[in-house]
Amino acid sequence: MTQHVKLTINGRPYEADVPSRLLLVHFIREVAGLTGTHIGCDTTSCGACTVLVNGTPAKSCTLFAVQTDGANISTVEGLEQGGTLHPIQEGFYEEHGLQCGFCTPGMMMTSIAFLQENPDPTDDEIRHAISGNLCRCTGYMQIVKAVQYAARKMRDEQATPNTADSSAATATEAEVIR
Amino acid sequence: MIPDDFTYAAPTNLPQVWDLLRQHEGDAKILAGGQSHIPLMKLRLASPAYLIDLRNVPGLTTLAERDGSLIIGAMVTETTLERSPLVRQRYAGIYDASAVVADPIVRNFATVGGNVAHADPANDHPAMLLALRANVTLQGSRGSRTMSLDDFMVDTFETALQGDEVLSEIRVPSPPPQSGSAYIKLERKVGDYAIAAVGAAVTLENGVCSRVGIGLTNVGPKAIRATQAETFLTGKQPDDASIRETARLAADAAQPTTDLHGPADYKRAMVQTLTARVLRLAVQRATAGGGQ
Ligand SMILES: Cc1cc2nc3c(=O)[nH]c(=O)nc-3n(C[C@H](O)[C@H](O)[C@H](O)COP(=O)(O)OP(=O)(O)OC[C@H]3O[C@@H](n4cnc5c(N)ncnc54)[C@H](O)[C@@H]3O)c2cc1C
Ligand code: FES
Ligand code: FES
Repeated sequence: MTQHVKLTINGRPYEADVPSRLLLVHFIREVAGLTGTHIGCDTTSCGACTVLVNGTPAKSCTLFAVQTDGANISTVEGLEQGGTLHPIQEGFYEEHGLQCGFCTPGMMMTSIAFLQENPDPTDDEIRHAISGNLCRCTGYMQIVKAVQYAARKMRDEQATPNTADSSAATATEAEVIR
Repeated sequence: MIPDDFTYAAPTNLPQVWDLLRQHEGDAKILAGGQSHIPLMKLRLASPAYLIDLRNVPGLTTLAERDGSLIIGAMVTETTLERSPLVRQRYAGIYDASAVVADPIVRNFATVGGNVAHADPANDHPAMLLALRANVTLQGSRGSRTMSLDDFMVDTFETALQGDEVLSEIRVPSPPPQSGSAYIKLERKVGDYAIAAVGAAVTLENGVCSRVGIGLTNVGPKAIRATQAETFLTGKQPDDASIRETARLAADAAQPTTDLHGPADYKRAMVQTLTARVLRLAVQRATAGGGQ
C-alpha cells in the first residue's frame, strides 16, 4: 500500500506517495536524493544510517518512513552552512577521525545529539555514546578526539555567540542541528 | 533488505486499535518502537498484512509512582527509563537492565512494552521485572485485566495477550525500606543479547531477607523465575554461604541450550556466578538504603 509522507529534511520539505514498507533510509537516499546517509549492515547494528528524527538519533534502516511522517530529519548534508564546516566536521577533519569515511555521517549525527546533552564529556562518556556506531578503520581513538575537538569548539561558540552564521536563512536551518 | 508489503495505520486511541486488530485478526501486528519487529520483517520472518502503530495513542507513556507502584506505560522508551532519576534511585535493577539493552541509538526507540510483549527469552526486562514481582495490564474491547508477569510470559514469543488486547502498562510494587535490586548481564560486546543475565530484588528486615526475587535471562524458552533459590534465601541472612547456595539453586533452575554463545554447562556456570554477584549488589544497595 502507498501512503503520503511529508518530511522536513535539513529544513527543506520533501513529500511523496511511498510504499508503507519504504524504510526511512531509502526515503532519504532515493526520494530526497541525499546519499550522505549510508547503509552498512542493514540489520540495526552498525549505525552508518544514523540520522536525527526530531533531534533524536535513529537507525534509519529500522524505521519506516511512514512512522516518521511530519518529522524533522537532520542528515549529514545539513551540517555545513554556507561553506563553513560544522564543528563536528571540522573535528573529524582536524583530528583524522576517519579513514574510509563510511561510518562518519552516522558517527557525526550521533555525536551532535550527544554533545547537546553533554557539552563537556569525558572520553568514556563519548565512547559510551557512540557504542551503537561501528567503525572498521580507525580504532575509535581519533573519533573520540574528533568529538572532543567539536565539544571544545561548540563550548567556545556558546561563550561567544553569533560569530559564524550571518544570513537569516541558514540560521534557521542551523538551529535544527546545533 | 525489503520487507513484504503491508498496510500501515497510526490510530489515535485504543478503541481504534482494537477495531483494527479485530477487523484483521491474525493478520495484524502492533508496532511500538519497531526495533524488534522491523528487523524480523526485513528478514521476512514476519510479514503481517497490517501494522498498527501505537505512536499516536495517548496515555501509554506514563512513568510515575502511584498507589504504591511504579507505573511504566508500554510506550516508555529505554532511554526515558535510563534517564529517569526516580528509576535510578528507587528501581536500580530496572535502570541496570535498560542500560544494557541493545545500544544507545536502538534504546531511543525500543519500548519497555515491546521488550516484554515480544517475549524473546533474550530480552532483558522480563527477568528483572519477574524478580521485582511486576504485574501487567492488558486492555481490550472487552475490558481491562491485570495479571502477574509470570502468567503473562507464556513461552518463546508467546504471551497471554488475547484477541484485540494491547499491553498498556507494567506495574512494579514500590520497594519497602531496605530494599535493593540489580541486574547483571554477560554479553560479548555492546548490542549483543545476553549469553546469560540475572536480575535480583531483595528486602531486608533485621538483617534477614524478608523478600527475594530472582529472574534469569536467555537460559530457557522464556525468562525464568528461580523459585527454589528465592525460597531458600527468604528468612536467611545474606551471608557468603547462603548466597553461594542460592546461586547454586538458581543455576539448577536454568534450562540453557548449547549454541554459538557457548555450551549449556558454561551458561549454567555463568548463571551461578552472576546470581552470586547480583545478589551481593542488591543486598549492598538494600543496606545502603538510598540506591534501591
Ligand atoms: C541490534 C539490536 C540489539 C538488541 N539487543 C537487545 C538486548 O540486548 N536486550 C534486549 O532486551 N533487547 C534487545 N533488542 C531488542 C530491542 O530492545 C527491542 O526493540 C525491544 O525489546 C522491543 O521493543 P520495541 O518497542 O522496539 O517493539 P516492537 O519491535 O515494535 O514490537 C515487538 C513485539 O511486541 C509487540 N508489541 C509491542 N508493544 C506492544 C503492546 N503495547 N501491546 C501488545 N504488543 C506489543 C509487537 O506486536 C511485536 O510483536 C535489540 C534490538 C536490536 C535491533
Ligand atoms: S545500516 Fe542501519 S544500523 Fe547498519
Ligand atoms: S572510517 Fe572506515 S568505517 Fe569508520
